[in-house]
Amino acid sequence: MSFVKGLRCKECGKGYEKLPVHVCEYCFGPLEVDYDYEAIQKVVSRKSIQDGPPSMWRYRPFMPIDGDPKVGLNTGYTPLIRAKNLGKALGLKELYIKNDSVNHPTFSFKDRVVAVAVTKAIEMGFDTLSCASTGNLANSVAAHAAEAGLKSCIFIPDGLESGKILGTLIYGSKLIAVNGSYDDVNRLCSEVAATHNWAFVNINIRPYYGDGSKSYGYEIAEQLGWKTPDNVVVPVAGSSLITKIWRAFNEFKDLGLIDKVTSKIFAAQATGCSPVTTAIKNGSEMITPVKPNTIAKSIAIGNPADGYYGIKTTKISGGWGEDINDEEVVEGMRLLAETEGVFTETAGGVTVGVTKKLIEQGRIKPDESTVICITGNGLKTLEALEGQFEMPTVIQPNLKEFEEHYSSHVAV
Amino acid sequence: MAVKVRIPTPLMKLTNNQAEVEAEGVTIEEMFNNLESQFGGIKERICEENGSPRRFINIYVNEEDIRFLDGEKTAIKDGDEVSIIPAIAGGTH
Repeated sequence: MSFVKGLRCKECGKGYEKLPVHVCEYCFGPLEVDYDYEAIQKVVSRKSIQDGPPSMWRYRPFMPIDGDPKVGLNTGYTPLIRAKNLGKALGLKELYIKNDSVNHPTFSFKDRVVAVAVTKAIEMGFDTLSCASTGNLANSVAAHAAEAGLKSCIFIPDGLESGKILGTLIYGSKLIAVNGSYDDVNRLCSEVAATHNWAFVNINIRPYYGDGSKSYGYEIAEQLGWKTPDNVVVPVAGSSLITKIWRAFNEFKDLGLIDKVTSKIFAAQATGCSPVTTAIKNGSEMITPVKPNTIAKSIAIGNPADGYYGIKTTKISGGWGEDINDEEVVEGMRLLAETEGVFTETAGGVTVGVTKKLIEQGRIKPDESTVICITGNGLKTLEALEGQFEMPTVIQPNLKEFEEHYSSHVAV
Repeated sequence: MAVKVRIPTPLMKLTNNQAEVEAEGVTIEEMFNNLESQFGGIKERICEENGSPRRFINIYVNEEDIRFLDGEKTAIKDGDEVSIIPAIAGGTH
């Protein structure tokens, strides 16, 4: 059953049919899915959701597909961890991490958006999937294409981490590395999309695809006991996720599933690619694009499509934006691993490090509830840790060498 | 001073369905005016009243975003390739 009436331009409001289009042909504004909320309200309750599957599909009526999901049936409903140790280290009484580093099947939140996009692509009859990606999306599109039995042709910037490259090729995908940044790849894909009748998940399927990430927001609210936290710290690249979390919270409120939304939404970027947080700090609504230069490659988008809306989300919610340097990114990754046993990728280092900075600035207060978004897995960005650790000493397999080594290396 | 201009799908109705057209001018601004003289109504779809590109449109000269060059004052020369591309694409984080 479908709860989608059509698409609608977020800027001028012009309506469109359910087609693979993403841009308003009049004002070039982004198209959004137009839901039949009255119909959704009739079938959705806290109980109906709780009785649903332990996946993002427990929110099926809020997802922009017409039939049943075709792929990614086990995606989502990842742990919301009460991070007591990290909270203690940062001086927060009530801290959580929403851990999509263990999302199924490719260990990032992108599995949510791709499960929706690929289902939609199948509904629309496409036989080839494509995308511009900084890596996580490439992994996820390739995996879901394999699951769906569709072809895939994926574009990435050159110089990505090997986990992102091999973790795409393994699924039998055609992978094309482009000499340039993500923004170059994205521009090229927009041009390829005009001449190839493929389902580009983040171009012509984008309105549907983006709404997959609403499930991340719904889960935060449900797992907190049907309420929203005081603060959410979100990694920002193209600026879509941050707007969808806010949208998810407000949809839950509008449908009476939660009482109110008082969350402040904070944007987190790496300083080497911080067009959104820079605009927020300058009080500007205009994004000045940048050439990315950071180890946080998964969020290195210098020309963010939804940047304008990301800025608005932080502003409307009373949040803010902050960025940290690459050294602090690695510190953030280490801090999360050492305190909570969770190994996140660089983007997670960004949200942890930015949270620390926001606490120091007094923007996040010790007694407030805070959720840090962890959206990807550290095993995919091992290169970021090169030179950070002394490699283990090799000993001979005898007790004497072990005791000598142990006593000389471990302070008791 | 002819440059090749790639037209995004939503504007192809104005260019007789041509995805690529030729235009004249020594700056992007002049090229917009030349496009307008060839395909009436196209300029207001691309530009704000002050002549700068609309929020949701990016303009590239030989693959470089004009915001990294001189914006609409960016100089263009014979044989350059200009792309007009909807800004909304890509990303999710």
